[in-house]
Amino acid sequence: MNTLLWVVFPYVCLAIFVVGHWWRYKYDKFGWTTRSSQLYEDNLLKWGSPLFHFGMLGVVGGHIIGLLLPKGWTDAIGISESTYHAFALGGGLIAGAMALVGLVMLVYRRRTVRSVFKATTPMDKVMYLFLGAVILLGCWNTFASVVLHSSEHFNYRTTVSPWFRGIFYGQPDAALMTGVPLGFQLHALLAFALFALWPFTRLVHVFSAPLGYLTRPYVVYRSRDVRAGAGAGNRAPQRGWERPSLDDARK
Amino acid sequence: MRVMAQLAMVMNLDKCIGCHTCSVTCKQAWTNRTGMEYVWFNNVETRPGLGYPRRWQDQEEWKGGWTLKGGRLQLKSGGRVQKLLNIFSNPKMPTMSDYYEPWTYDYETLLNAPLQKNFPVAQPHSLITGKKMNVTWSANWDDDLGGAQEYAHKDPMLKGIEDKVKFEFEKTFMFYLPRICEHCLNPACAASCPSGAIYKRAEDGIVLVDQDKCRGWRMCISGCPYKKVYFNHKTGKAEKCTFCYPRVEVGLPTVCSETCVGRLRYIGIVLYDPDKVLEAASVEGDQALYEAQLGCFLDPFDPEVASAAERQGIPADWMDAARRSPVRRLIQDYKVALPLHPEYRTMPMVWYIPPLSPVVDVVKETGFDAEDQANLFAAIDTLRIPVEYLAGLFTAGDVEPVNAVLRKLAAMRSYMRDINLGRDPDGSIPAAVGMGEEEMYEMFRLLAIAKYADRYVIPTAHAEQAHSLEEIATDCAVSAYDHSGEAQPFGVGSGPEVRIAVEDLRVRTARLKDEG
Ligand code: SF4
Ligand code: SF4
Repeated sequence: MNTLLWVVFPYVCLAIFVVGHWWRYKYDKFGWTTRSSQLYEDNLLKWGSPLFHFGMLGVVGGHIIGLLLPKGWTDAIGISESTYHAFALGGGLIAGAMALVGLVMLVYRRRTVRSVFKATTPMDKVMYLFLGAVILLGCWNTFASVVLHSSEHFNYRTTVSPWFRGIFYGQPDAALMTGVPLGFQLHALLAFALFALWPFTRLVHVFSAPLGYLTRPYVVYRSRDVRAGAGAGNRAPQRGWERPSLDDARK
Repeated sequence: MRVMAQLAMVMNLDKCIGCHTCSVTCKQAWTNRTGMEYVWFNNVETRPGLGYPRRWQDQEEWKGGWTLKGGRLQLKSGGRVQKLLNIFSNPKMPTMSDYYEPWTYDYETLLNAPLQKNFPVAQPHSLITGKKMNVTWSANWDDDLGGAQEYAHKDPMLKGIEDKVKFEFEKTFMFYLPRICEHCLNPACAASCPSGAIYKRAEDGIVLVDQDKCRGWRMCISGCPYKKVYFNHKTGKAEKCTFCYPRVEVGLPTVCSETCVGRLRYIGIVLYDPDKVLEAASVEGDQALYEAQLGCFLDPFDPEVASAAERQGIPADWMDAARRSPVRRLIQDYKVALPLHPEYRTMPMVWYIPPLSPVVDVVKETGFDAEDQANLFAAIDTLRIPVEYLAGLFTAGDVEPVNAVLRKLAAMRSYMRDINLGRDPDGSIPAAVGMGEEEMYEMFRLLAIAKYADRYVIPTAHAEQAHSLEEIATDCAVSAYDHSGEAQPFGVGSGPEVRIAVEDLRVRTARLKDEG
């Protein structure tokens, strides 16, 4: 059971994540978009969306530090356990609260503004459910460890983090996760489930973060595309239906 | 010198009767789809009026286009970093209420209503929410100065002269302004696009949105000062006027031009030097922009230009088309066409011949001869309001170029009257506006007779590929709607081959000859 939950399940989810993105990119570039609803409603969105997105950027940054940086590294440069935790909790709480407040506003907006609600697909709803649950659990975990001191004896940097890194080394240790509080376990499992859903939702827009904009020339020039095999009177054959041609064979 | 060709349009505003045929045929061809109900690639605005979307010209509000900052050209809504920081919520994005909420009527009730005392009514329903709605605005709500007392003084272009314009019946002036995307030389939409999905075609300068690359960041919509990129709220992608590229590639005029009732649209090639564009767009002083843009254009009769064009692979038939181009003649030779809002610094390429009719109307109403050159010239000088208004649209407020155009049009009017009445033509009339008699007659033929072949000089896409001309690889911007499109989860191109336009005579003849 442990192996199933902490080894097989993550790998299956990650496989779906990777193959799913490849498939979506290959066959559905046209559907690859943020599907922004700003055109319908602006007053709630102009607060909710930046709060949520900037909060999430903070959250992701925090996870990268917490999960991917081994504890040994921060120890080595002389950051004590307590300083680290003060920063992690402070940053985590701020970012988490921003994301949570933003999310609540956005979900409220989606539910109450009819035009936005009408533009919500079933996939959006499933995605919101998972995303909301993951974020709520994450906030709860942070909150519980600060305010309730419920997990004073528990350090995720010696349990969850090595397990997570193990996934990428190819040898995740399921035993590391068994003693972890339920909140953390659920958070991790749901997060992986969300990864599996990811390529099939609008979340794909995360991977088109347009950083290239900072460096490319302002105006893009392009030639009219001419596809091989175009014939008189008809449009070019779609991919996979090109006529056999020696030129192509030689390429 | 680098030489590039640009397909451009000129509209002769005196002839526009405001029938909206162009808008309707364009909509039928391109935007009658869900998600695009509110979209008008072509729209016709009554001036003075608010335009579409409402008050789009007020760039202090919308921050579209470019601006000069310390001598350097910058997007008015901020630099690249600022754009990325605003990506989660675009502060200048118009919402549905700035356009209008599209609606339809429940015609069913008319058909299904039982026999009753009162006549059944089809009520308006929102196409967005499906609910009953009150129609309170649309794309041309203030058409023909409808409700002008209430709306027209909000026209941003009346700023400074609002007290002088009276919106009382018969005491005002009015004309129509049909608008499409300007296919700018320095497009702010493309510059604002974080994904780089908007591009200018190297061959003909048409500005297009790559539907596979657009990610719905919405920056182009606020970036375009003319508000001519629209957000498809169904697909979540930006769409814009395509200059009907599948048509012009085979030598046919755009749908709006082809169907224009007033036959007032001209399409042709203009040659320009892309290396001069940035410099021209960055000149100090908004009123210098008209001249600066003229300075970017090249003369196809100049042998140096011709040889440079040849070196850069511009086909001979394109050069020929550039020489015969009606657009080039109106812009560069006669100088009667002016750019719309050059002060936005995007170097727009749909130009307008300002209307003389507001002036003629006033002269007529006062009982004077409205075809007499002296009367018209005097009226142009004294009628400050319409001229200032036109200058606000076409020359960033500089009345001189507008006056010059109106004088040419007035001179043509009185010169041709003599000819039509069988009197001796008076050579001093064209001379008064610096034109020769023959030149004036040629301009008259182009503007008034306006034969189809003279209005549209459109070279087909690359002659050396003549056999594969028709719609080569040009699946239209919306082909993903098509069931044979690539977006199909079960593989590509599994549908039948679809012809998207009928052949024109030229292509057909060429094809038959090719096939022997
Ligand atoms: S008018 Fe057309 S080309 Fe110019 S900025 Fe707007 S959308 Fe772009
Ligand atoms: S079809 Fe021609 S005349 Fe009619 S509104 Fe359009 S531009 Fe004007």
